[in-house]
Order: sequence, then structure tokens, then C-alpha cells
Amino acid sequence: MNFQTLSQLANLAEERALSIGALMVEEQSAESGRSAEHEFAKMKEYYGVMKEAVRRGMQENTTSRSGLTGLDAQRVGAYNAENESCLGGPASQAMAYALAVSEVNASMGRIIATPTAGSCGIIPGVFLSCQERFGWDDDVMTYGLFAAGAIGYVIANNSFVSGAEGGCQAEVGSAIGMAAGALTELRGGTPVQAVHAVGLALKNTLGLICDPVGGLVEIPCIVRNGFGAVTALAAADMALAGVRSVIPSDEVIKVMLEVGSAMPEKHRETAGGGLAQTPTGRKIMEDLRQRRK
Amino acid sequence: MRFKDVFSIIGPAMVGPSSSHTAGAARIGRAARQLLGEMPQKAEVIFYGSFAATYQGHGTDRAIAGGLLDFPTDDLRLPDSIGIAEQDGMDISFRQGAGLFPHPNTVRLRLAGSGGELTLTGISIGGGNIEIVEIDDFSVKLSGMYPTVLIHHMDYLGVLASVTDTMRRGQVNIGHMSLDRKNRSGAALTVLELDEMLAPELLSELEALPAVKSVKLIHLDESPKEEKGKGKTS
Repeated sequence: MNFQTLSQLANLAEERALSIGALMVEEQSAESGRSAEHEFAKMKEYYGVMKEAVRRGMQENTTSRSGLTGLDAQRVGAYNAENESCLGGPASQAMAYALAVSEVNASMGRIIATPTAGSCGIIPGVFLSCQERFGWDDDVMTYGLFAAGAIGYVIANNSFVSGAEGGCQAEVGSAIGMAAGALTELRGGTPVQAVHAVGLALKNTLGLICDPVGGLVEIPCIVRNGFGAVTALAAADMALAGVRSVIPSDEVIKVMLEVGSAMPEKHRETAGGGLAQTPTGRKIMEDLRQRRK
Repeated sequence: MRFKDVFSIIGPAMVGPSSSHTAGAARIGRAARQLLGEMPQKAEVIFYGSFAATYQGHGTDRAIAGGLLDFPTDDLRLPDSIGIAEQDGMDISFRQGAGLFPHPNTVRLRLAGSGGELTLTGISIGGGNIEIVEIDDFSVKLSGMYPTVLIHHMDYLGVLASVTDTMRRGQVNIGHMSLDRKNRSGAALTVLELDEMLAPELLSELEALPAVKSVKLIHLDESPKEEKGKGKTS
């Protein structure tokens, strides 16, 4: 890849007069040695997997093996259908879809890691709800996924994208940044605006610990995906309105690295602290242990 | 760069629930399976760090078993893989390890098949991406992202030159390379990550080189396909 930072990414896109998504298709093709068409088709298939995961999560039984989670996406969907939600329709829809994909993941269904499985609901939630709302075709969405991938590539290589290394900020935080930047571009924002959206979003999740109850990607992961989709919409709107990330997005990524590196092990996907070690969290873990015997 | 391309960020297509603890673990198991060259008859799986703390909830054990059965990350049989492995005659055990380990998500595999034994240490660095860091007590560094050739050879002058010359004549570009040896003039392992798969005749040429003991391949091809696996999802 010919970029290592978000500012280099934005500059390169503007120099070549390409969107971040279109630039990333070219960069990916150069890196893999396969044709741009081949790489585009693979990403489009991935988008198909995301759509199927949303459908399953909104329609089928997503009760997890532990029995702790499932069907919350359908609860939100039903509530939205009958009530004027506090968020308003489109953001509620994004939230429901994000929950749906995360619940499919928790029930060992098929998803696309974006960038991880723990954060796999956010991008599909934002993308599918916006596709329905704005009438974009799958090719547009596929370019959007390349844009999200370019942003995630920079975050991953300058910081981290796993909860075990950097806490939930590295997973859910990164996914929100990727979704926000990509959506900014899909809605007509410039590459520079898209990069601002990333920084705005990341600042909101700095410090978020990874504390899954019982070590399962369920509590609080699933609801954090729902919240994450809503936050991504908000960050895109701020950037499109001209709000800037005064601390440049690349510097925010470095802060994520600093904070994650300082995070105690018990808050990095070991279920040794946080929500996992609350009285209720411990009780759930003990129940699961008994049941396995 | 730890993460090499767009599909290490958007992807893999996988069965949940965790990209590092499920998909990454499946890839480590699959790399080991391919190195052994057969389904192991006996597999001892030792988890460290976050893997040790949470492997049951994340299905890391099922993922390793699935990998050892050569299942890709999105194979719908993964949730049932331990039962399938046992039915197929694999004696597989899981435990938590003690002592030092290189990454919060570390697994060591000790495998035995009809044709030989293998030890391998893998780490899962996020988003389903992995690194294999040890094979048969050699330090290595490979990601499984590329077709990979592993050459066991003696540490003699010119072996590497013969290997790279074979690659040059076959028009195969080397992307990453590492070499480790047990001692001077002793056993050595060279790992090449290639931009394309090695043709069979080149493989034979490598095997025929004087100081080369064996040549093995890892190729975790994961292009999305329509329906994989016969098992139903939960």
C-alpha cells in the first residue's frame, strides 16, 4: 500500500482524483497481484454475506448457545415498527441491523469480520440501512467497503484491532471509525472530511475496555455494536457538516495505541475484570461452567 | 506492516463468534494440518493467555479441531468439529499452558500422524489474522496470507542461493523470507512467502537440492464460495 497514515491516504486520493474507495481498489489489486475486477468481486461477495447475516438476524432464531443473548434485533425492529423511536427511524434501523449481525455471530452463524467478529455488526448495520434509505446499488456499497478497509488498514497497522491487545476501543472503536469515514464518502464528503469523521468517532471510544461476560462475544459486545452503528451515523453527520477533528485523526490513532498498551490484562478480553467480574457476571460464568460439566 | 491488505481488515468470511479466538485459531490449526500433511492421529492443544481464559466460550477448541480437519474459517461444520474429529479417529486434547508465551492469544500444537510429528506455535493478532512463530523448535514468521514454502535443510553454504535461484528460474517472486538454524552447519528451516503457488516441478527441484531434507507447503485459500459444509447453523 502506498499509504501508512490517514493523512497520506487523503492526500493520495486527492492527488489521483479518486475516492478513497476507488483508490483502495487499485492499491489492493497492486498488492495482491490480482485484477481490480477480481478483488472487487470478492468484496461484493462479502457484502452479500453481510446482507444475509442481517436478514437472518432480523428473521431467524439467534439465541446463542449459552442462551444469554439473541432476538434483541427483532425486539428493536418490532418496537420501531409500532412506535416513534427516540432516535428516529433510520438510526433505529441501523441499530437493529447491527444487533442482528452481532447476534448471528454469537450464535456461530456466518459473518464477515469488520475488522473483527466482535465488531462485525457496525459496518453492515450502517451500510444496509443507508443503502435502503438512499437507494445505492451494491457496487456503491462495495466501494464503501474498500473505503472502510483502507481506514481500518491504517488503524490496524498504527495501533491494533484486537480486544486482547487493545481493548474494545480497538474493535468496536475501529469499526465505528471505519463506518463513519466510509459513510462520509458515500454521502459525498471529500477524503479529508472522511478522515475527520474517523478521528471524531475514535475519540468517542478511547479507553473502552474489553470485558466480555464469561469470555463470550455476547455481553456487552452485541449492544455495543448497536450503539456503534448510531455513533458512526453521528460522526459522519458531524464531518459532513464541516466539524473537524482538531486533534488530527492519525494522532488519535496513536492515543488509542497508548491507552490500549496501558490497559491492564484483566481488561483485555480475559474476562478477568470489568463487567465479567461483577457479581452477576461471575454468577453467569459459574453457571456456564457448571453446565459444561 | 502486520496487516497486509484490505481483506485482512474486511474479512475473513467466518463462523462466529470471535475473529481472533475462532477464525484465527481455525487458520492456525489448518496451517498445522497442511504442514503435517495429513489429519493428525493425536493432537495436543495447549492454550495460553486470553486463549486459555476464554477458549471454551469462544469455541477456540472447536476452531482448532476444525482447522486440523482442513476446514476454512467459514465452514458451517466448525461448531461440530470436535465430534467430527473424534469420529474420524483423531485423539484430541485441550489444556491450559504455563510459563512464558509470546502474545495474549497463543496456542501450541503437538501433533502426531502416521508419517511424523510436528510442534507449532501460533498467535492470533486480531481480525482473524495470524502469525506462526515456531515450528519444530525453529523460530519462524509467517502469516498464512500467501502460499508458503517451508524448507528443512542443513545449514551449508549456498543452500539459500540454490533455493532463490530455483525461484528465479520459475518466475516466482518471494514476498517475505525467514531462516533459523539450530546451530552452525546444523539443521535449518527456511520459510518463503510467495506471491503465487509453486508449480509441482519447482517443488521437485527444491526437494532434489543436495542439503534439503524436506519441503512443505501451506496454502490457506479462502476465496468465498456459495455453500460450504453440510452441518446446519445453530
